Amino acid sequence: MGLRVLAAMSGGVDSAVAAARIAEAGHDVTGVHLALSANPQSHRTGARGCCTIEDSRDARRAADVIGIPFYIWDMAERFQRDVVEDFVAEYAAGRTPNPCLRCNEKIKFAAVLDRALALGFDAVATGHHARLVDGVLSRSVDQAKDQSYVLGVLTREQLSHAIFPLGDSTKTEVRAEAARRGLTVADKPDSHDICFIADGDTRGFLAERLGSAEGPIVDQEGEVVGSHQGAHGFTVGQRKGLRIDRPAPDGRPRYVLSIEPVSNTVTVGPRSALEVTTITCGRPVWNGPARRDDLTVQLRAHGEVYPCRFEESGGELTIELDRPATGVAAGQAAVLYSGATVIGSATIVSAS
Amino acid sequence: MLPEAIEAMTEQLKRPGNASSLHATGRQARRVVEESRETIADALGARPSEVVFTSGGTEADNLAIKGLYWARRPRRRVLISAVEHHAVLDPAHWLGDSQGAQVELLEVDEHGRVHPDTLRAAIERDPDDVALVSVMWANNEVGTLQPVQVLAAIAHDHGIPFHTDAVQAVGQLPVSFAGSGADALTLTGHKLGGPIGAGALLLARGMTPVSVLHGGGQERDVRSGTLDAPAIAGFAAAVTAAVRDQEAVAGRLTALRDDLIKRVRDAVPDVVLNGDPAGRLPGNAHFSFPGCEGDALLMLLDAKGVECSTGSACSAGVSQPSHVLLAMGADAAAARGSLRFSLGHTSTPADVDRLIEVLPAAVDRARRAGLS
Repeated sequence: MGLRVLAAMSGGVDSAVAAARIAEAGHDVTGVHLALSANPQSHRTGARGCCTIEDSRDARRAADVIGIPFYIWDMAERFQRDVVEDFVAEYAAGRTPNPCLRCNEKIKFAAVLDRALALGFDAVATGHHARLVDGVLSRSVDQAKDQSYVLGVLTREQLSHAIFPLGDSTKTEVRAEAARRGLTVADKPDSHDICFIADGDTRGFLAERLGSAEGPIVDQEGEVVGSHQGAHGFTVGQRKGLRIDRPAPDGRPRYVLSIEPVSNTVTVGPRSALEVTTITCGRPVWNGPARRDDLTVQLRAHGEVYPCRFEESGGELTIELDRPATGVAAGQAAVLYSGATVIGSATIVSAS
Repeated sequence: MLPEAIEAMTEQLKRPGNASSLHATGRQARRVVEESRETIADALGARPSEVVFTSGGTEADNLAIKGLYWARRPRRRVLISAVEHHAVLDPAHWLGDSQGAQVELLEVDEHGRVHPDTLRAAIERDPDDVALVSVMWANNEVGTLQPVQVLAAIAHDHGIPFHTDAVQAVGQLPVSFAGSGADALTLTGHKLGGPIGAGALLLARGMTPVSVLHGGGQERDVRSGTLDAPAIAGFAAAVTAAVRDQEAVAGRLTALRDDLIKRVRDAVPDVVLNGDPAGRLPGNAHFSFPGCEGDALLMLLDAKGVECSTGSACSAGVSQPSHVLLAMGADAAAARGSLRFSLGHTSTPADVDRLIEVLPAAVDRARRAGLS
C-alpha cells in the first residue's frame, strides 16, 4: 500500500503533473487547492496571481482528469497573517522579505502539513522544481526553474513529510507530459511575481498599507541628493525609480545601499559600494547532510551563487564570500549548498 | 433516474418534433408535452393550465420571485424566510440591490420554522406594500417542514400572492397545490428521480408574473423557449412514480433515518441533531459535530465510501457557514462543523451500517485536526 498523500494543487501545470505522477506511482492521492485570498479575483490577468477562482477550477479539472478526490482548503486567514502581514512588517522594518519562501515555511509545510498529518495523511506533495531524495533537498535538473532556494528554509522534520515529484524533469518536459496526460493546464503561463499583489505594483501595495512619509535620499557622505515617499518602497541594490535629479559627480548610476526605517532614510551610492563579502545571518536551519565540500551560497531567488566559507557561533552565521556580491538585502534567505545539495539556510541580517 | 423516467425519456428522444410546430411530428411532440402536463397536474392537485414548464427549480423560483415582484409593482416589500434556498434568496436580494425592492427575511425558530405570527406581524407592518411572500415547503439543509398552508392563508388575508419552493417536498411528502393554498409552487425533476433540466412552476390561474425569459411565449406567455419534450416526458413519469410511491418510500426512509439518528447519537454522544426532530423530510438527518470541521469530516467519510454534504454554500470554492444554521441561532463554529446525511430510494440499512462503522474514527480524527 502506498502513502496517503495530499497534493497541493495551485491550478498550474507543475502541481497538476506532480499530483498525476504520485497517483500513478500507486499512492493514495487527494488533491487540495489552497484558497489564500479572502476575496479572490475571478480570472487571472496574465502571469500574476495564483489563487483566483479560475485557478481553483483549473486545479479541480486537473484532479478530475487524474481521477483523484479534490477539496478546497480555506487558508486565507493564516496566509494573511503569516505571509501578507509579515511581508508588510518586514518592509516596514527596512528588510526585503521573500513571501514565497515564507508561504512554504508557514503555510504549505506548516499549517497545511499539520492539518494533513492530523487528518491521516503521510505527506504533502507540491509541484516545486527541486529534488528530494531520502529527506535530502537538492537543485532541480532544470537550473532555470530550480526552486530549492525557496524550500531551503524548511526543517528536516518538514522535509521528511514533503514530496517533490518534479525534481528530475525540466519545465519543458513537465509541459509535454501535461499535454500527454490530457491536462488542459499544459499551456498555462508560468506565474511570476507576488501572488497577492495582483497588479504587480509592490510599491503601491506597500504605500497603501504603510502610508507615505517623505524622507531623504542621501549619498554615502550623508549629503541629501533627493527625497522619497517612504523608505519601504526601496530594496537594497535597486537602481530604477530613485528619481534623483542630480547626477552623481562621477556620472555613474547610483544604487540603494541601505534603508533605515526609523529615520526614514535611503542611502545611495555607486555599484562598487554595494559589493559585500561578509554576510551575517540569524536563525540558521541545518536541514541537509554535514557535507562541506564545494560550498556555495545563494542570496536571493534565481540569484547568482557564490563560493564561500562559513562559521557558526551563538546562533549567528557568518558567511565569507570568495568574490563580492551586490544587492544583498536583509530579510532574504542565504541558502547554503554543497554542490547541488542544500545543507542549510539562514536569514540575512547584514552584509559588509 | 427512475427506470420508468428513463424509459419515457428515451422513447421520446428517438422522435423528432417541436411541440410548437403545426405539422404532424409537431403535433406528436405537443401531445407528449400536454399529456405530461396533465399527468403532473393530476399527481399534484393542480389543473393542467397551472403547470408552467421550466428548466428546473432555479428558473421556476426566479420566475416566481422576480416575475411576481415586477407584476405587483409599485409594491416594494418582498417577504421570504431566512432559510430559503439560494434560488429564492439570491433573486430576492438582487431585487433589493437593483430593482428597488425591500427584502425582509422572516425569522425562524431554533428548528428553522417560520411561525405564523412572525409572518402576520411582518405583513401587518405595511400590508399594502407587500409584493409577495415566499416560504419553502421543506428546508433542503435541515429538513424542517414549514406550515405552508397556514402561511399561505395569512398572505391571502391581505390579498398577497404566496410562493413556495417545494423542490424537496414533492415525492417525499404529500403535496397538493390546491390544498396548500399557494399561488405558485416550484418543483424540479431531478429531485424526484427525473432528468436534470426539467422542472415546473405551478402557477394559479390569474397569476401573471412578468416574464424572465422573453421570446415565443410557449408557456402561458409567461415563459419562453422551445419545450424539451423528451425531458418533460421523463419528468412526468418520475412525478407519477414518486407521488404513487411517496407513502411507502416515506415510511421506509423515515424508519431508516430514525435508525441512523439513533445510532449516530450512540456513536457520537455529543452530536447535535439540527432541524425539527419530528416535522422533517423523511430522508434527512443533519448534525453538528462539536469540535469538527464539516469539510474535514466530509473528506474522511468520503475516503471511506460514505458520501454526505456539508450543506453549506460555496463562495469561490471556500465553504461558508450555512445561512440556514446561522438563522437558526447556531454560531459560526457549530455551523462549520455540520453535515447532512440524505437518504433516497437507493439507500439501504447497509449504508447506515457502513456510516456507523467509520464515523467514530473519522470524528476523532477531524477533532484532532480541528485543534491543530
